Amino acid sequence: MTTTIANQHPRPPAQPPSLRAKRLPRYAAPAIALAAVVVAAAIVYGAGIGGPVLVVVLAALLHLAGLFAASNAVEGRRSARNRTWSALIHSAFVLAALPLASVVWTLVSKGVERLDGDFFGTSMNNIGARDPNGGAYHAIVGTLEQVGIAALITVPLGILCAIYVVEYGRGRFAFAIRFFVDVMTGIPSIVAGLFVLAFWVLVVSPVFNDGRPGFSGFAAALALSVLMLPTVVRSTEEMLRLVPAPLREGAYALGVPKWKTILRVVLPTALPGIVTGVMLAVARAAGETAPVLLVAGGGAAINFNPFEDNQSSLALFVYQQAGDASRYAPARAWTAALTLVALVLVLTVAAKLLARRNRLGR
Amino acid sequence: MGETPSRSADAGTGGIRVASGQERPAGAPARVAESPVSTRTPGGDGLGGGGGLPRARAFGAERAFRGLTLAAGTTVLVIIAAIAGFLIAKAVPALRADTANFWTYEGWSPNDTTPRFGIGTLAFGTVLSSALALLIAVPVALGIALFLSHYAPRRLGTALGFLIDLLAAVPSVVFGLWGRDVFVAPVRDLSAWLNQYFGWIPIFGGDGPFGKSIMLGSLVLAIMVLPIVTSLSREVFLQTPTANEEAALALGATRWEMIRTAVLPYGRPGIIAAVMLGLGRALGETIALAMTLGITFGVSFNLIENGGNTIAANIANAFGEANDTGRGALIASGLVLFTITLIVNITARAIVHRRREFTESAA
Amino acid sequence: MAKRIDATNVTAYYGSFKAIENINLTVEPKTVTALIGPSGCGKSTFLRSINRMHEVLPGARVEGDLTIDGQNIYDRDVDVTAVRRTIGMVFQRPNPFPTMSIFENVVAGLRLNGLRKKSVLNEAAERALRAANLWDEVKDRLGKPGAGLSGGQQQRLCIARTIAVEPQVVLMDEPCSALDPISTLAIEDLMFQLKDKFTIIIVTHNMQQAARVSDRTAFFSIEKTGDPGRLIEYDNTQKIFSNPTQKKTEDYITGRFG
Repeated sequence: MTTTIANQHPRPPAQPPSLRAKRLPRYAAPAIALAAVVVAAAIVYGAGIGGPVLVVVLAALLHLAGLFAASNAVEGRRSARNRTWSALIHSAFVLAALPLASVVWTLVSKGVERLDGDFFGTSMNNIGARDPNGGAYHAIVGTLEQVGIAALITVPLGILCAIYVVEYGRGRFAFAIRFFVDVMTGIPSIVAGLFVLAFWVLVVSPVFNDGRPGFSGFAAALALSVLMLPTVVRSTEEMLRLVPAPLREGAYALGVPKWKTILRVVLPTALPGIVTGVMLAVARAAGETAPVLLVAGGGAAINFNPFEDNQSSLALFVYQQAGDASRYAPARAWTAALTLVALVLVLTVAAKLLARRNRLGR
Repeated sequence: MGETPSRSADAGTGGIRVASGQERPAGAPARVAESPVSTRTPGGDGLGGGGGLPRARAFGAERAFRGLTLAAGTTVLVIIAAIAGFLIAKAVPALRADTANFWTYEGWSPNDTTPRFGIGTLAFGTVLSSALALLIAVPVALGIALFLSHYAPRRLGTALGFLIDLLAAVPSVVFGLWGRDVFVAPVRDLSAWLNQYFGWIPIFGGDGPFGKSIMLGSLVLAIMVLPIVTSLSREVFLQTPTANEEAALALGATRWEMIRTAVLPYGRPGIIAAVMLGLGRALGETIALAMTLGITFGVSFNLIENGGNTIAANIANAFGEANDTGRGALIASGLVLFTITLIVNITARAIVHRRREFTESAA
Repeated sequence: MAKRIDATNVTAYYGSFKAIENINLTVEPKTVTALIGPSGCGKSTFLRSINRMHEVLPGARVEGDLTIDGQNIYDRDVDVTAVRRTIGMVFQRPNPFPTMSIFENVVAGLRLNGLRKKSVLNEAAERALRAANLWDEVKDRLGKPGAGLSGGQQQRLCIARTIAVEPQVVLMDEPCSALDPISTLAIEDLMFQLKDKFTIIIVTHNMQQAARVSDRTAFFSIEKTGDPGRLIEYDNTQKIFSNPTQKKTEDYITGRFG
């Protein structure tokens, strides 16, 4: 401290006198854990205020406190903080893993009960409360049709909209579209259902339906479209922006008009990413219950026609069976839930793998 | 490439083939995209020839395409306008028919001859359950995200991260079913325990029955939004520049200090966005809450007694026996829900935007 | 303040790949030592093993002894954070914390050490910024984002941040490679001043720079790609650049100069 740079100032207290630091011995953490369990058990059973779960919770808290105190005394405050946060972060993981594992476990163990041909081959038509059989064939048909129609509507619309925003849109109008696509992302699914109820089921469809409200699979598809559209637009937009500018410029330089460049150069380059986005949107839509509940009607019989009469869907089927008083209903609900999750996960996994294979711009 | 020589005489097509062939070895998708092009411009094939000046008709195709995309863009605006328009049109008659105060009345009987219904308790339940869910989920989710990005070995982190992404895709009805069939039992036990020893605190008071309570609903909601918030914030944490992490470490930071100095500040806008997205999900969640809440009307902070209700859950539950006014009333409540989520989303975007401007002006 | 560093048989790995092998080298206090050599010869790896930053990368580890004033930094009971506080590091690309202001950047290390008092921090920040020749340029905008400075200023900010915690050794990993010539000169000037107080070890690709700033120079090289880097020659800078004993060193130096 005698140099010109630092004129006689006190040494910062930070400077450690030695590189060596006192460390808690390796056995300290398990020892504290053991002590915490013993103390917790003594408190809980001694006072008779709970069972093993409370012991574990209390022991975990005691362990954290004990670890902090011991580390603070031996290693200092910084190290104590580091240890405590590390322990907290690890326990957050364990804490969340328990319920999530329980969800997965129940889903599989209860779901396999009715995983039979009957379930996939029959509907709930004429199935009474005392009938143990019955299946989700009609619901699977409904889900596939509704999601399929929704994809048919949203994919062209969403991609064209994204092309406008990225390639042509300028100024306020394009900004407004982007803003409202953002707003649409935040629409709760039940509100989308209410919209289609108010618009299609109660106002438009009665025109073709002798004035009666027309609950149908198509109405459900409309509601799902409202939910899928912003996702498709956003992911397409993102992918189009990732297409390298030289690619476009290369085509322009060859005298190719803009629209051809977009259709033949830009879109094919962005295609894998767009497909990923669409698949994720479809997966989400397939799991939606609320809008289908409001506008599809939810029939028990097989109905292949999405434009007429009530239709069900897998998600709706789960909801209906869960609320059914029949003692055979829960098994049907769980198997349908397992089927639904399998469908959604297959789509999601495929989309993620596709995304991993084709990384534009990374 | 796989085209007939006669067609490639067209100058325009030939040019594109060169461009797409260079940049995209897998030519197949490029050719797939070609068919709609030629159908959209029936006269296009005959144009080429000398490859001279652009023809007016090519310009027309450009215009047509641009018009098509513009129409698609406009559709989005039309849809939004239609949502607002139709919801309001259906809600107003019901609100006119409401003989009670829509904002404060505690109850929902719009199907009576003198309809009486109020949004107050539902909005309260919605906000309460979502707030509780986030209060529980966010710290845990951030902890897991940090664990996956900065504590776990890289491979384990990637694998578990993928798993979390998958859990985020599980439909809410499944969580609802689980909450109703499985999770309700431990929550009932916990409620009884809390009531026995902490019954003097109003939120744990009451004398049962327990189980299908705000607590169950919020916990299920928390478990649902947990993967979403985790997945998004993990991605944010992974994006922290290595240079900043190393800078912190080289100053002698412990791992936690490195996270506090480099990772968390850098990820703050992303974390806020993730939390707000989770909040939006929680506020709009319908089915899981319709399956786990006890459905009562009344403003109460009691967390453990059967009860609780939210706007969305009420729509799902009351829809079945709703008449015309009843539907209008539900639509009106949906409008309120939409407004709440809209405010949340816009606030989130404003926060993220402002934060980003600070860092971008810096860059 | 400054300390002497002894490396004995230092070998470093990335997973199963051996990046450097059996490096033996002594760095005297209050000198500038330059590490030069072709790309991939392990000079940065060696630099990063001096303050235990090498082991931050997954799978990376170090064998051998590295002592600072006789104390082995790879001993089991040594506190890594204390090592890094004693041996500071400046990186190739300027890396100020993007969310922090200039002031916060400079005092980041002190805050980690529990310093909270505003007056102490203000004083320390000014001292470090003056030492990094940056004070006059930024004193009116200490609250502005650190990332808003020019590249050269950012690098000096990073140097200020490093010396604010008063380390004894400063490691610099190609600190000028991302900078323009004027900023490079500013940093080289700075090194001359800092030498009074710190032991400095610098990795550089630029041989003129090594010749200009360093007292001693170590030349690293590899036989072929995939082989570990070795220390070929280590001597006074003047000797290395005028009359190297090893043929390889001469080839490298003359080759680069053309």
